[in-house]
Amino acid sequence: MSNAPLATGAPRELVGPLATPAAGSDFAARLRANSEYVVIPLLALLIATALFGIFLLAIGKSPVDFIAYVWRGGFGTAFSLQNTLQRSAPLILTALAVAIPARIGLIMIGGEGALVLGGFASAVVAIPMLGHVPPMPTLILMAIVGMLVGGFWVGIAGFLRYARGVNETISSLLLTYIGIAIMNFFVEGALRDLSDPNKPSTKPLGKAYMVGTIPGTEVHWGIVFGAALCVGLYILMTRTTFGFAARVTGGNFRAALAQGLPVGRLIVACSAIAGACAGLAGFFEVAAIQGRANASLAAGYGFTGILVSFLARHNPLAIPPVAILFGGLVASGGLIQRRMGLPDATVLVLQGLIFVVLLTSETLYGRFSIFKPSGERDRA
Amino acid sequence: MTASELTRRNLLKSAALGAAAATLDLGAISRALAAKDLTVGVVYVGARDDFGWNQAHAVAIKSLKGVPGVKVVEEENVPETDAVSKSMESMINLDGAGLILATSFGYYKPFVLDLARKYPDVEFRHAAPLWNKATDPKNAGSYFGYLNQAHYVDGVAAGLCTKTNKIGFVAAKPIASVLSNINSVLLGARSVNPKATVRVIFTGDWSMPVREAESANALVDAGCDVITCHVDGPKVVIETAEKRGVMSCGHNASQAPLAPKGFITGAEYKWITIYKGYADDLAEGKPLPNFLAGGYEADYVQNTPFGAAATEPAKKAALAAIAGLKAKKPIYVGPLKDNKTGKVVIDKTYDNLDPYLDKMDYLLEGVIGSTT
Amino acid sequence: MNEPAILTVLIAMLGGAIRVSTPFMFVSLGECLTEKSGRVNLGLEGTLVLGAMVAYAASYHTGNPWLGVLAAGIAGSALGAMHGSICGLPRVNDVAVGIAMMLFGVGVAFFFGKPYIQPEAPRLASIPLGFWSGSASLKSALQVNPLFFIGIALAIVMAWALRNTRSGLVVRTVGDSAAAARAMGISVNLVRLMTTTVGGFAAGVGGAFLSLSYPGSWNQGLSSGQGLMAVALVIFARWDPLRCIAAALLFGAAGAIGPSLQAIGVTQGYYFFNAAPYILTLGIMIATSSAKHSARDMPGELSIAK
Repeated sequence: MSNAPLATGAPRELVGPLATPAAGSDFAARLRANSEYVVIPLLALLIATALFGIFLLAIGKSPVDFIAYVWRGGFGTAFSLQNTLQRSAPLILTALAVAIPARIGLIMIGGEGALVLGGFASAVVAIPMLGHVPPMPTLILMAIVGMLVGGFWVGIAGFLRYARGVNETISSLLLTYIGIAIMNFFVEGALRDLSDPNKPSTKPLGKAYMVGTIPGTEVHWGIVFGAALCVGLYILMTRTTFGFAARVTGGNFRAALAQGLPVGRLIVACSAIAGACAGLAGFFEVAAIQGRANASLAAGYGFTGILVSFLARHNPLAIPPVAILFGGLVASGGLIQRRMGLPDATVLVLQGLIFVVLLTSETLYGRFSIFKPSGERDRA
Repeated sequence: MTASELTRRNLLKSAALGAAAATLDLGAISRALAAKDLTVGVVYVGARDDFGWNQAHAVAIKSLKGVPGVKVVEEENVPETDAVSKSMESMINLDGAGLILATSFGYYKPFVLDLARKYPDVEFRHAAPLWNKATDPKNAGSYFGYLNQAHYVDGVAAGLCTKTNKIGFVAAKPIASVLSNINSVLLGARSVNPKATVRVIFTGDWSMPVREAESANALVDAGCDVITCHVDGPKVVIETAEKRGVMSCGHNASQAPLAPKGFITGAEYKWITIYKGYADDLAEGKPLPNFLAGGYEADYVQNTPFGAAATEPAKKAALAAIAGLKAKKPIYVGPLKDNKTGKVVIDKTYDNLDPYLDKMDYLLEGVIGSTT
Repeated sequence: MNEPAILTVLIAMLGGAIRVSTPFMFVSLGECLTEKSGRVNLGLEGTLVLGAMVAYAASYHTGNPWLGVLAAGIAGSALGAMHGSICGLPRVNDVAVGIAMMLFGVGVAFFFGKPYIQPEAPRLASIPLGFWSGSASLKSALQVNPLFFIGIALAIVMAWALRNTRSGLVVRTVGDSAAAARAMGISVNLVRLMTTTVGGFAAGVGGAFLSLSYPGSWNQGLSSGQGLMAVALVIFARWDPLRCIAAALLFGAAGAIGPSLQAIGVTQGYYFFNAAPYILTLGIMIATSSAKHSARDMPGELSIAK
């Protein structure tokens, strides 16, 4: 197995920038050390793209065309850019659902289930309020309920890990499948709205009760909340006692126990925060896009979010740009299908390749002396 | 058409004639379109070669591609989320599509509707009977084939072929069109064999090969000797039935090659009728009809040519049923009760296209199975 | 048929146990070996799907389904080797790489598998073990594929080898304490690379079963997380190959409950019956784990243990 701790990135922060001595060239040294975190991922991205380009050439397609279409379909026009932003919004939130537990040393992949149940719960709680309570308080309540339900669901996995040692990766995945079954059961049965017999859903919210778009654009507010949550959770994890305690636990579980940290509560709290983020994503899917809860909620955002979080090295501040990159890739998928005649699985292959190469590049950290501050370089 | 005419050879001959006739039309269309090229954007929810729902559309679209002056852009595996909005918009903005064909139920509300309001010059047509004259924009519209009529014919044939009087149905989700197919199989079977019953198993999703295979096996274990289905890709169900040595009826597209011994007939869409109609209208500059729905009487559905397991009486009865449906003979003739509470759900005779039937959320008495 | 309903369900569960368990068996045995050496390979889901596709394609092109099985195994070992070599590099997290390989494997499988959805490939023949029975459903339930027996044989061989051979000791040492293994002069990375590759081969064969035997078809919805379930199976089988078989059988039987209950008329709540395998796995995992005891049988070097 690897000799690295469970969640890469967790302990580094502890010995990183905070620990350098104050000196004249301090800023330059820090810049040098931190640039490693940007250069190596970019290098990995370039290598992955090159490998994919070779793959394309082997099947007779042009890599240049591919890049051009990714640009055009994902970022090149106002329409494409908004398309990308719209698709990135749920990815930001589901990525947070992986990043936060990663900081405490858990690998949880239950975002999809929390998204589905959170979205479902918010749609259900709205039913008695439609037409009686004004939209804004309704939406706020819906968001809160979505987050509570999502948080509870992933919290179960965290609790099981602490109390019974059940592996959280697998339990969170199992809970995802169970959560989707629960949603389907109710949406097709007791809570089914009968006005649309061909697509089992809960009662539609109606335009008045839906989250609108940011004025001047066609992107809904979800992305703003997602980005804000990234900043907020970054501050929580790096600048508060809670965050510090969580990272210590993630770095060395036994030491944290020895220190008397409330490890159980920390684990459950981080899991719950993760689930709440995914639940919020579900709320936005219902309130900003679909207008009701149905099987389309399980669209795979949770799983793509896992990728985004790993690529952002579980750093909440890095999640928005990575999510946008991914959103752009997915957004351009349609254009690539139509213009290059490639199947939709192409984007999956590229995503997988990027992921694999980026994870392999983890091994390059600390190997290049160019990133080390001058004193260390001489020693090393 | 009489029984002797519907043999494969004759079918091929009439197809050839039809193709010839179509080429004559093509000539006219191409001249008309020379002035204005039309790009048609098609969105599929699954893979085009799934031996089922999407393939039925893709095969019909293929013939559109042959029309000079018509360019077709297709996108597959587009989920029923805002991804389809973006795909359609991309086709409009980047490919210049003038007609969008959205081929999955969940695309309509709100995606097709919102986009139709945003792009009033583009025509949107959706494959489900959802267009509402009062509330929906004029450039949107629906088209649908009432496949349950073809399933009724399946039921008629199955009712005379079955020896155990148990017909098995593997269904995906309990939505109105699926339930109508199940009920129509029952009614068709009972019209020739009053002892026939239908046993249904719901898999819970449109495409779950392992569960579909398990369900088919379970139905055969429970005594069914004819298996049919409503799932996106019937390939697994038909193959499993054939492996077990029972008979089968197909769905969506022709699965006859998969069951050389056990195939009876199948319920297929004939989307080409509608798509060619749209192409013709566009070529002549006529406005596209907003709501096209029909069954046999409009030539929107068809039955797969009979397979090896279809007996002579079954074939005769099936053809008679087809003739009746073409003459608009109703399937749902009340009073009929549901199988859960015994309450009367079909009180009188309903015309085959009556909107009351689109709201079906029950299984008729005679069907063993539950919707939740 | 003319049997009482409960018997129908039991027979269906027997059939399901045999049919549905086979891919689980192979994947969990492969993962068992990998984890015994101290590495986790979550990418077996991707290997399963790729194996299914390669098997179907190879069988179609060569006309021989067993060549398809072999090709699937080779494809699986390629992915396993890829996983193994990447994880051998320092600082690389094997759980994350597994998730990445899952995506990559599935993507490649779907990409190259498109042209094979339509054509009919020769399938693996089953042995009709139920020939003595008068009941058609029992006969069908006892249609056993040779791979089922190969899987059981593999488990027995693996259990014996891990306990009694030098290679088995090497694998176990590497898995329990890398430091001790290095002290013995064993190359930890090489051993893990080999076990991951062999694990990949087994998972590929499991995939071949899916497309060439049951359900016996190739398309994009073939696996619904079965590879990941198999990894879960290894944990609650406590890393014992023979218990992996039992767990796989249990899982297969659980998967058959939903449809067979509906067939006999117990039709309410089918979503939950369909989710039965997942609920069962979770339940058993909770019951058999505990904060103190989970470490007892677990190879000490496994990242998920720490």
